[in-house]
Amino acid sequence: MATKDILSPLPGTFYRKPSPDAAPYKNEGDVVKKGDVIGLIEVMKSFHEVQSDADGTIASFVAENEEPVMAGQPLITLNI
Amino acid sequence: MTRKVNTLFIANRGEIAVRIIRAAKELRLKTVQAHSVADTESLAVKLADVAVNIGSPAASKSYLNVEAVVAAAVASGADAVHPGYGFLAENARFAEAVEAAGLIFVGPTPHQIRMMGDKVSALEAAIAAGVPTVPGSRGRVETPEDAAKVVELTGFPVMIKASAGGGGRGIRVANSRDEFDRLMPQASAEALAAFGDGGLYIEKFVASARHVEVQVLGDGYDVVHFFERECSLQRRRQKVWEEAPAAMLPEDVRARLCQSAVNLAKAVNYRGAGTIEYLYDETTRDFYFLEMNTRIQVEHPVTEMITGFDLVREMIRIAMGERLRMRQSDIVMRGHAIECRINAEDPAKGFMPAPGTIESLTIPGGAGVRFDTLLYQGYTVPPFYDSLLGKLIVWDENRDAALDRMQRALKELTIGGLKTTKPLHLALAADPDVRAARFDTQFLEAWLEHRAAMLEDH
Repeated sequence: MATKDILSPLPGTFYRKPSPDAAPYKNEGDVVKKGDVIGLIEVMKSFHEVQSDADGTIASFVAENEEPVMAGQPLITLNI
Repeated sequence: MTRKVNTLFIANRGEIAVRIIRAAKELRLKTVQAHSVADTESLAVKLADVAVNIGSPAASKSYLNVEAVVAAAVASGADAVHPGYGFLAENARFAEAVEAAGLIFVGPTPHQIRMMGDKVSALEAAIAAGVPTVPGSRGRVETPEDAAKVVELTGFPVMIKASAGGGGRGIRVANSRDEFDRLMPQASAEALAAFGDGGLYIEKFVASARHVEVQVLGDGYDVVHFFERECSLQRRRQKVWEEAPAAMLPEDVRARLCQSAVNLAKAVNYRGAGTIEYLYDETTRDFYFLEMNTRIQVEHPVTEMITGFDLVREMIRIAMGERLRMRQSDIVMRGHAIECRINAEDPAKGFMPAPGTIESLTIPGGAGVRFDTLLYQGYTVPPFYDSLLGKLIVWDENRDAALDRMQRALKELTIGGLKTTKPLHLALAADPDVRAARFDTQFLEAWLEHRAAMLEDH
């Protein structure tokens, strides 16, 4: 099966949840559609949604919750 | 009682850390700079005598971590801790932890931080000191009879707010008694539906308010003021452009405003640098207490430019136990100063944050120009903290000359490699309303709606 990485569009801090007490947007094994929100990037105190740019199933999270990431760094690997 | 201080620990980052290091060095203190892993290459780390790693990039794991910061300060052998602004600067628990560890906190007492940090106790302190506050119900209005009594006092227009609301939600403005009687039941029902609590409070509505604030220094006994600043140009409640003095303030109002700030600070035996913020209604010439900030503020340099005092150096001296070195009569203002906040944001794209690497840098100079910054050529601005890159400050004999000087200095400033808010400031400095000081706290957001296109960086 082919895989595809969802890359961080911005440098910053990656969050898997919309707020600290909320459930994660997505978990391993979840089916995602293009345009689904898979996480947030906090950059300079502002929050930006990260959307999937493909349809697929989440194989693994490459970046952990609250992990510092660079622009272009893989966040999630999808099976497509 | 004076206490000998040899080493100052800086519990902050960015341009204010650089500012504090400079003041400390002029006092012949050794400087220890706390930094996160992401700030290893920061200008503050390079300028300080010693640098200490206090944790991961996320502020919650470094600059906001009370235990880690206090432990690092103690281990560094520092005698005093300067909190800067933001982060832990107005955290009473942090100030307590610093003192409990036997170190000096450069700022007010934990009690003063707590009192002014709480909206209700701050308002009570202001009222007790005779400082004007926005007329209103000062709490929930329980019956229509109580509501009627309140509006007799405030006059119209009035603002009806949901007790449980926030961020502008659940606010209505009534311009007359008829409108008020119609809106009250609606507002209560709506608040009940939205927040599960129909409680309302009522406050006089200031339609066109300007933001003015008074700088004070206290030593725990005496208090002096350094006149006022105006910070009406705001975007999303963030100050963008600040001036000193407030151009439109009549001399008699200025005297009453500054005296009221001194009265409040004196009433609480205030220690350190503080700012009392007010709303100013230009049409009625009334000013109303908003809050007191118990720290040095971002825009303090405009006050330094018109008075000639170094506020950061003075706050360190006060922390060392010195009494105020100036009397009120020694503090005279001259000319006009303006500060533009240069942020790593793209004003042509909704102020999208723009971290990156500084490929080239030209810092403006010449008479009356100051640039407080965290930048140097080759530095990579990390994405984890706020977007302030530097503050361009100019002074000149009067406001018109200061505006011309600001335009000249902005054109000299070049920051290559990332987008900044410089184009916004160039446009503001040339705007007829800004030049005439015709603005209020709503001005900038309305202005921006029509001008996004002209803010392309060239």
